[in-house]
Amino acid sequence: MSVPNEFMRSEIQPSFIKQLNLFDWFFAVLLVVGSIYAFQKYSNLMDAYEVGILFGTAISLIAVGWIWKPARALMFYVALISLFAINLYGTDLASAENNFFLKFLFSAQSAIMWMSALFVMATVAYFIELFSGNAFTGKVATAMTWSATAMGFIGLLVRWRETYLHGIDIGHIPVSNLYEVFILFAIITALIYLYYEKLYETRSLGAFVLLVITAAVAFLLWYHFEKDASEIKPLVPALQSYWMKIHVPANFVGYGGFALAAMIGVAYIIKDAALKRNPDGLVASRLPSLDMMDDIMHKSIALGFAFFTIATVLGAMWAAEAWGGYWSWDPKETWALIVWLNYAAWLHMRLMKGLRGTPLAWWAVIGLFVTLFAFLGVNMFLAGLHSYGEL
Amino acid sequence: MNLAITIFVAIIFASIIGTVLQQNQPYNDYIIKFGPFWHEVFLAIGLYNVYGAIWFLILLIFLVLSTSVCVYRNAPVMLRDMKQFRLNVKEKSLRLMSNSQSWTTSKNLEEVEKNLQYYLKLKGFRVRVKEHEDHKVIAGMKGAWNRSGYIFTHVGIIIICIGAYLDGSFGLTIKEWTGRIIPETRDIRADEVPDTARLKPGDSISFRGSISLPEGSSSNLVFLNIRDGYLVQELPFAIELKDFRIKHYASGMPKSFESDLVIHDDRLEKPLEQTISVNHPLIYRGYALYQASFGDGGSNLSLLAWPFFSKKIQTLEVNVSVNKKRSLNTLAGKYTLEIDDFKMFNIFPNSKEEKAVTGKRFKNFGPSFTFKMRDASGVANEYHNYMLPVTQNERRFFLTGMRSSVAEPFRYLHIPADKDDSLNRFMAFHALLYDQAKVKRIAEASVKAAMSDANKIDEKLQADVVTSMMRLLTLFNQGGYAAIDEDIKKKVPKDQQVNVAQAYVKILHNLLQNTYLDMLKEEGLNTKKGVSAEDSFFFEDAITALAGIGAYGSPVYFQLAEFKHRESSGIQITLHPGQNIFYLGCLMLIVGIFMMFYISYQRVWLILKLEGEKLNIIFAGSGNRNQRDFAEEFKKLAAKVEEFTS
Repeated sequence: MSVPNEFMRSEIQPSFIKQLNLFDWFFAVLLVVGSIYAFQKYSNLMDAYEVGILFGTAISLIAVGWIWKPARALMFYVALISLFAINLYGTDLASAENNFFLKFLFSAQSAIMWMSALFVMATVAYFIELFSGNAFTGKVATAMTWSATAMGFIGLLVRWRETYLHGIDIGHIPVSNLYEVFILFAIITALIYLYYEKLYETRSLGAFVLLVITAAVAFLLWYHFEKDASEIKPLVPALQSYWMKIHVPANFVGYGGFALAAMIGVAYIIKDAALKRNPDGLVASRLPSLDMMDDIMHKSIALGFAFFTIATVLGAMWAAEAWGGYWSWDPKETWALIVWLNYAAWLHMRLMKGLRGTPLAWWAVIGLFVTLFAFLGVNMFLAGLHSYGEL
Repeated sequence: MNLAITIFVAIIFASIIGTVLQQNQPYNDYIIKFGPFWHEVFLAIGLYNVYGAIWFLILLIFLVLSTSVCVYRNAPVMLRDMKQFRLNVKEKSLRLMSNSQSWTTSKNLEEVEKNLQYYLKLKGFRVRVKEHEDHKVIAGMKGAWNRSGYIFTHVGIIIICIGAYLDGSFGLTIKEWTGRIIPETRDIRADEVPDTARLKPGDSISFRGSISLPEGSSSNLVFLNIRDGYLVQELPFAIELKDFRIKHYASGMPKSFESDLVIHDDRLEKPLEQTISVNHPLIYRGYALYQASFGDGGSNLSLLAWPFFSKKIQTLEVNVSVNKKRSLNTLAGKYTLEIDDFKMFNIFPNSKEEKAVTGKRFKNFGPSFTFKMRDASGVANEYHNYMLPVTQNERRFFLTGMRSSVAEPFRYLHIPADKDDSLNRFMAFHALLYDQAKVKRIAEASVKAAMSDANKIDEKLQADVVTSMMRLLTLFNQGGYAAIDEDIKKKVPKDQQVNVAQAYVKILHNLLQNTYLDMLKEEGLNTKKGVSAEDSFFFEDAITALAGIGAYGSPVYFQLAEFKHRESSGIQITLHPGQNIFYLGCLMLIVGIFMMFYISYQRVWLILKLEGEKLNIIFAGSGNRNQRDFAEEFKKLAAKVEEFTS
């Protein structure tokens, strides 16, 4: 190849790795050092798979941080504050009542309450932004969503530590019951939303997406105050496995993606109806273009589907180890299959048949109800092996 | 394609039925639920075992066939897409593409071509060039792996179905259809099961069954449940259970279930010892052994039988084991004692108040056993007795629950324990109430004392009162307050019933109290200054318990004196040769999905055509994923290309 002209030379883009700056590398090194420290300190509590998960997580977080730069700030603050809170705890669970910072801010319980409050406030702010068009309010809403997500992560991480303070044999990752996974659902949905908010530079979908998060928060609060669900309990034998650390989070990326798609579906249907009635009206002009919403909906279903597939396969592998078969037609498994087939059909119709628009938006909304049944309904109405999240 | 969606929907609906209608329950439950007519209908169309039904199998076969046809049809297209650059593309078709631009330049063709090639490669495209008669085509392609995503996902689904087919129960279904096996439905010993319900090792390529092994026993059989019956599967090795353990958290919740197994196999030089627990199975020769459940494996119980309804306290020692029967001669005739279960721990959640006091979330009531007492006519009541007294309201009670049908909850008799946590005092009091002569003396003395106070000595009246006292006591002994109530309803006019009842209870209590005081005196207590609160509580509790004995339904109370715990472990044994095939399919599916969603397949074409001095350039592209993103990208690409070519 001959030497290109000057103009072309300017077009040469360095590879992804070469584009990383010093800070990116600092971030990566910090994560690696952190996980080596964790490994050295706690390897006696981990089996080989868990060591794999530890370093796998570090690598995944580095990848996420490099691809989506704002995530690094989140990780940084979450890590800093969680370590601060854990440090305040020491070895005494009672510190939660005595220490100011723990009592009002960063004990798992307080952080989760802050998360709940911030998500509700963010929802209100997004709605104000949607109707008033006030850009500042929009920025506030985004900031609140970020803060709520951070508080949610802090809550879970500190809770993880708290489980160990209850007893070394009680300690477990806090994704073991309905209360804990609802927090996970809220923050993962918020994270996926924040990613698309930045990518598409629109805040007008926030009101819709935060609505489903607020619903989750409402459930969480009811569950906490009515059923005392936030209590830390030891794990039943079936849940004592490294599989839980990967199966559950993967599942909730799936659920988060599907929930996001459904809420955008709602916005799509509203915009579509508004366009037909009055193309210059407030609703029609404030919401993003149908084209863009269709695109985000597709992307988040694709993301959800990919992770849901992984989660279901991991679930099958876990079932093979715990229940004696990778597939038992247990209600939870069967409903996972139903959800999978539903979205597989959705994607099929879009990719192969070129179906677009309102039918797919409606389908995404219905899909959320199918998902909701698989997530909650199965535990409430059907008996089965997978009854860890009973109401 | 539409067939695929139709099959998806059909599987979805079948699956929903299978989850809403509980599968593989006893047929009687279904008959009660749906009535005999619908039961027959549902049974005939296989709704009780949807996932094993023949129509469901056909549905899955259709899914595999339809997917295979899709792959057969589309895979060549996909492979062509990956390889062929379509260098013979016509100018017209490029102009028709939705992402298409054209412009003219005065630059030199060779230089433009070289730069274009370089630029496209820079942007990650693979580039091919073809010279035609009057024009040149430059074609670029990237993300070709996206196309193989289609193949990966679809082949993955086929492989998953093949793996699942190998591990499913369809082999057995076919054997059953052809009549080679007939599931056994009787509850008989394993060695009595006929050959038609027995499977040798290797008879079935896959299975999933379970066995309950008592500690210290071994077996080479597995039971496979089929609808309302079972098959016996023989294993090529024997499994021995040495020990089964449940470990608990400090709160009392179970922490782990573990079985120490020994595998005996001629192939092994020495037996293989391995502990299995939940989430940690043992895989041996392809057979996987899982910790699935636990139960009692025939614990030895030594019971102390306390007779009711007798003035003599003659306890009898009875040694039985769980799941065994034993006949007993009692004062009330012949009974059969059937021990159903023994439990080492009975853990209950504490209420909020209890939690505040004890600081614990759970309380443990200790060992208990359940049994039936079957009378000569075959009627049985079921009982649940705790070994140790349980504290309630700061008093200690022996709890014994009784019910006459499984559908009812146990109703508990609270027998008060004495200072030594024993039954002695209660049983002594109970026996005393059957000592007619002694009670009569006490009654006479008390009546005399009461009447002499009033200075009225009427011997006949005294005798009448004593007689009615004794009559009330007999009624009370037979059936508690209910018996007295019934007696009143029979003999007393309605308007006086309430008054009479009050009087009766007063008289009866008077007698009971005096009998109790007499017993305390005999125990050596000084009752002149009154009775301690403890002793008076004991009296009240004893009366309540005594009133319930009439309805208790058993002539004896069984106290658990000692036990030798022998547990059994429920082990699930599976043979799943298709598992790795299944996982391979899953892996392909996941890889395929990521290829399809996250590798962007893009192709671009440039036609360079000299028209006189000017060079005509047509630039067009297509992307299969995210049209919107590609349109954006193409615009940028085209702008650059135009910029440096013009």
